[in-house]
Amino acid sequence: MTKIVEVKDLSKHYGKVKAVDNVSFKLEEGKIYGLLGRNGAGKTTIMHMLTAQIFKTSGELKVFGEEPYENENVLNRICFIKESQKYPETFRVKDVLNVSPLFFPNWDKEFAMALVEDFRLPLKRRMKKLSRGMLSAVGIVVGLASRAPLTVFDEPYLGLDAVSRNLFYDRLLEDYGEHPRTIVLSTHLIDEVSQLLEHVLVIDGGKLLLDEEAETLRGNASNVVGAAAKVESFVSGKKVIHRAPFGGLMSATVLGQLSAQDRMSAVELGLEIGPVSLQQMVVHMAGGNGKSGEAAQ
Amino acid sequence: MSFPMDDSRPIFVQIAERIENDILEGNLPEESQVPSINQFAAFYQINPATALKGINLLVDQGILYKKRGIGMFVATGVRDIIVGKRKEQFYEQYVVSMVKEAEKLGITTDQLTDMIKRGAKEQ
Repeated sequence: MTKIVEVKDLSKHYGKVKAVDNVSFKLEEGKIYGLLGRNGAGKTTIMHMLTAQIFKTSGELKVFGEEPYENENVLNRICFIKESQKYPETFRVKDVLNVSPLFFPNWDKEFAMALVEDFRLPLKRRMKKLSRGMLSAVGIVVGLASRAPLTVFDEPYLGLDAVSRNLFYDRLLEDYGEHPRTIVLSTHLIDEVSQLLEHVLVIDGGKLLLDEEAETLRGNASNVVGAAAKVESFVSGKKVIHRAPFGGLMSATVLGQLSAQDRMSAVELGLEIGPVSLQQMVVHMAGGNGKSGEAAQ
Repeated sequence: MSFPMDDSRPIFVQIAERIENDILEGNLPEESQVPSINQFAAFYQINPATALKGINLLVDQGILYKKRGIGMFVATGVRDIIVGKRKEQFYEQYVVSMVKEAEKLGITTDQLTDMIKRGAKEQ
């Protein structure tokens, strides 16, 4: 499959702060990626580098096979919707829609107008008069209607209500089905988007913690609950990403598929096994639990 | 509309199961057309690649077949294949765990059989 983005040992340092530290990954054509991690993990910095908004400190970065900086050939194939996307204050919604085709060759005007109606955006209202959620909706309309071969959404839904977020997921999937393209979705609402993602990248402390197919991750972690000593004996030799003692009981989250034999022995030990959502997995891996770092190695 | 998926198993497996259920319940009769990948993706709010994987699972088992340029169809005589598969699963999922639980509670096999008969009568 064609690689849209190739990143090798990419770093971005601000003085002593290593915002992004030796990160390597590839993005393939026509997939939906989730870029997940805590605040300050380095997600936005990575997206800024991919879209040539800031310079890298070191490493290799290829987008559509070329360096993105000042490269029109690359940049006109990218659409980046930032967390708090800013448009000129005096612009009306329809002005934003009118200038967008200049930047995005694949712009679909009809689709944009349909989205404006879906999100109930007032076409004649100026940017400075829009609510926070409406501003986010404008960004989403631009991001979707741009149909850019590489579309990057960085927390696109600040202030957006649940109805509109759901609308975003629906429209994204519909349009992606008809016009496949590479989409990077960075978000904290992991539970909401986990079903949409084909591939997941987890960043923590500027490092890449996880780079895996979403379907492989599903069912790849389990919660084991029971008497502490029995839980310990069950999880020995397994990768434990989280431990929570509770009186004489203990809940442990283990990585890796459990075999039929594992399940049998869990039943014999009187342990309960439960599923772990992608969100919980990310919380544990990137979480404050001191053991998470070494377990993830 | 979003349908909650079970977090403990891959979504594509669950999609395949749901299609099998629809075939079992007669919602998808033999030789009828199955919704497209994109319809599945939109309906369940899942990634189209995942939907494709679920459908391919059934294609590999001969339950669905592809008509080039038209779409996916339910093959003839597959109800029996699915029923056979499900019976196997039924034993593992329900019977084995039921017998284990009964053992824990000191229920004898005879008592268990009686309970099953009682349950069947009350249905």
